[in-house]
Amino acid sequence: MANKRVDEATNTETVGHEWDGIEELNTPLPRWWLWTFYATIVFAIGYVIAYPALPGIHKATAGLLGWSSRGQLDNELASAAADRARTVAALRDMPIEELPRHPELMHAAVAGGAAAFKVNCVQCHGAGAAGSNGFPNLNDDDWLWGGDLKTIEATLTNGVRQPGDAATRMSQMPVFGPSAGGDGLLAPNQIQDVTSFVLSLSGKEKASAASRRGMAVFEANCAVCHGPGGTGGRQFGAPNLSDAIWLYAGTRAAVGAQIANPRHGVMPAWGNRLDPVTIKMLAAYVHSLGGGEEFTAPAAPAQMGMKPEAEATAAR
Amino acid sequence: MNRPEAIKTEDRPLSLYAKREPVFNRRIDGRFRRIKWAIMVICLAIYWGTPWIRWDRGPYSPDQAVLIDLAHRRFYMFSIEIWPQEFYFVAGLLIMAGIGLFLVTSAVGRAWCGYACPQTVWTDLFQHVDRFFDGDRNARFRLYKAPWGPAKIARRLAKWTVYLAISFATGGAWIFYFADAPTLQHAFWTGTAAPVAYGTTFVLTMTTFVLGGFMREQVCIYMCPWPRIQTAMLDEKSLIVTYKDWRGEPRGSVKKAEKNPGQFGDCIDCNQCVAVCPTGIDIREGPQIGCITCGLCIDACDRVMDETGRPRGLIDYATLEDAEREKAGQPPTRHLKLIWRPRTILYFGVWSAIGLGLLFLLGIRVHTDLTVAKDRSPPYILMSDGSVRNAYTLRLRNMEGRPRRMEIAIQGLPGAAMWTEDMARDQARRSLIRTVPADETQGVRVYVVAPAGSAAQEFAFTLQAVGEPREADRSEVQFDSPEGER
Repeated sequence: MANKRVDEATNTETVGHEWDGIEELNTPLPRWWLWTFYATIVFAIGYVIAYPALPGIHKATAGLLGWSSRGQLDNELASAAADRARTVAALRDMPIEELPRHPELMHAAVAGGAAAFKVNCVQCHGAGAAGSNGFPNLNDDDWLWGGDLKTIEATLTNGVRQPGDAATRMSQMPVFGPSAGGDGLLAPNQIQDVTSFVLSLSGKEKASAASRRGMAVFEANCAVCHGPGGTGGRQFGAPNLSDAIWLYAGTRAAVGAQIANPRHGVMPAWGNRLDPVTIKMLAAYVHSLGGGEEFTAPAAPAQMGMKPEAEATAAR
Repeated sequence: MNRPEAIKTEDRPLSLYAKREPVFNRRIDGRFRRIKWAIMVICLAIYWGTPWIRWDRGPYSPDQAVLIDLAHRRFYMFSIEIWPQEFYFVAGLLIMAGIGLFLVTSAVGRAWCGYACPQTVWTDLFQHVDRFFDGDRNARFRLYKAPWGPAKIARRLAKWTVYLAISFATGGAWIFYFADAPTLQHAFWTGTAAPVAYGTTFVLTMTTFVLGGFMREQVCIYMCPWPRIQTAMLDEKSLIVTYKDWRGEPRGSVKKAEKNPGQFGDCIDCNQCVAVCPTGIDIREGPQIGCITCGLCIDACDRVMDETGRPRGLIDYATLEDAEREKAGQPPTRHLKLIWRPRTILYFGVWSAIGLGLLFLLGIRVHTDLTVAKDRSPPYILMSDGSVRNAYTLRLRNMEGRPRRMEIAIQGLPGAAMWTEDMARDQARRSLIRTVPADETQGVRVYVVAPAGSAAQEFAFTLQAVGEPREADRSEVQFDSPEGER
């Protein structure tokens, strides 16, 4: 300690130690810094006591406040559900065909439906509801069973060809080809002819001798469901054959194969899997994708103040 | 200049931590003290007054002149309204503030530290409170040394109460920049304001109380990075408070100097420069980080020089270069000439270029904006009649404080028409008119349908405020089709 001196270059006192000619300047920290440091330690101890902190083998210590990130999530979910409760109750009580008259409720239903769609429907219909071969595209204006809100709700509730559901949408196209177990209703050349006719309906093929022969076959065998002009029949879910949209592709091979040995899609009945409000929201979402039928312009803001009963009367 | 003999080097236990030496600065009046008063009043008036200035913006926008509306993501400054995507205006202002500091530093040294820094202003304010309650330097020093008794406790409590009141006023004023001031004040006192308002007020009250009341010059010396940066920015041509040691040394009292004429310098070693210093340093030790260049020591020294009949300016603003010149007996450069040198002109040029650029941008700014997002899943929809539909989400932005009618139109894409969610397809047209609410962005989902066989191609949406030719925007987008690009 006796070697303290003042360093000339910095005008600072040294601490008085010397190691092989190396000395240390005495530049003490301010004392408040030390107190700040102690305060952070006290804070850390308090934090460890109050919050989950010390890891164990299975779980960490709980902390006196009982806070956890999962608990916080539960609280937030509960409060979100409470916020939604009014909307959900209003949707439950409202017949779906009146939904377009309540723009805010419709908006909420579409948003809820979009979320439910991503969980339940994208597996077959795709993330953008664009469908794929055998799974209908829900964005377009072509509907097998009908595209207004009430019909979509019914399709969702009871499904299509759902075994065990009495109200499910049911139809079956006969197996026209002579394949094993088939009915053999049409000979192979007749199937070729009727394929030519079907493709000529939408202009994919030009009218020919074959298509003229096929017209007779069509009228005898197909028109009962698909309609005389091939425009489809919704009571059977029979596709419109005269438009640009094909459920199982519009190539000659695909159309011929469908006549000879038809495939049938199955959609689950969601009535026993989802609650009615979710089904209404899904129907509203699907209807909103751009192809919804029986379009009703949303009520003007001035009409929004009408009582629901009055609106219901007006709707009748 | 240095006084190594002042440091006692006797043996004493070595501590790693230094106790704060409290500063009891003496009251002084003079040129720089008056400048300091003026700047303090202006700064505090701006801080406390600004949120209460009203500015009429019509019925749809707040009428507070300066308002940072975080909830609605708007920044109002008199006639200027900034939206989040225009944050470059704020960034530009911050860059100007930064370069402005460089400019001030290169021209007049640490003037910011000495006069306008909030830490300086509030420390000054609190030191006046000290003086009011406890008296001037000697009285405060005596009270500090005095044992704790009822009288001292009473004085301290009274002083700290005033500290707390000033701190509360400081912390409380901050929140008025973020909400309508009269409304928030009413809500604040009736206990209905947002918790964040109380939290912010509490935190800022405590920081003001601690930093202004107790930490003071410790903030400048230990916490603030700016003195360190400034140390690097100062050069031989920067004005700093300088003790002219060639004139003052060796020091001696007036009596000594009279007895031995010609042996002593002008400094009479009265320590007045140390007594008035708000950071408690001795400027005669030379330039140092603790010197905020407030000039109070200049005031003190000038008064002593006047009283002893010596020329003023023993302590004065001077550059290192001039110090050398004066030492050599040459006259100093005029201060105005010092300010106009390449470095300051460069800073000033950059500073004003940014300012002019911002003003120019402000002038050509349009209050209408269109952004378009295309649906990517699915990219297109084939309709039953063979036509192709694409969906887009348009965002129409109305940046004015009144509802406006805006026309959306398709540019290009022959034969195409569009309709929205609240229309039927048979109403599809090539242009639509929407009313966008005041000061809002309206999202519109638009279906665009092109005739069968249309190739994938680019087209544009245009937005035009009805009756305002200058207020238009355009956005190019892709139209997808099963036909592919042609």
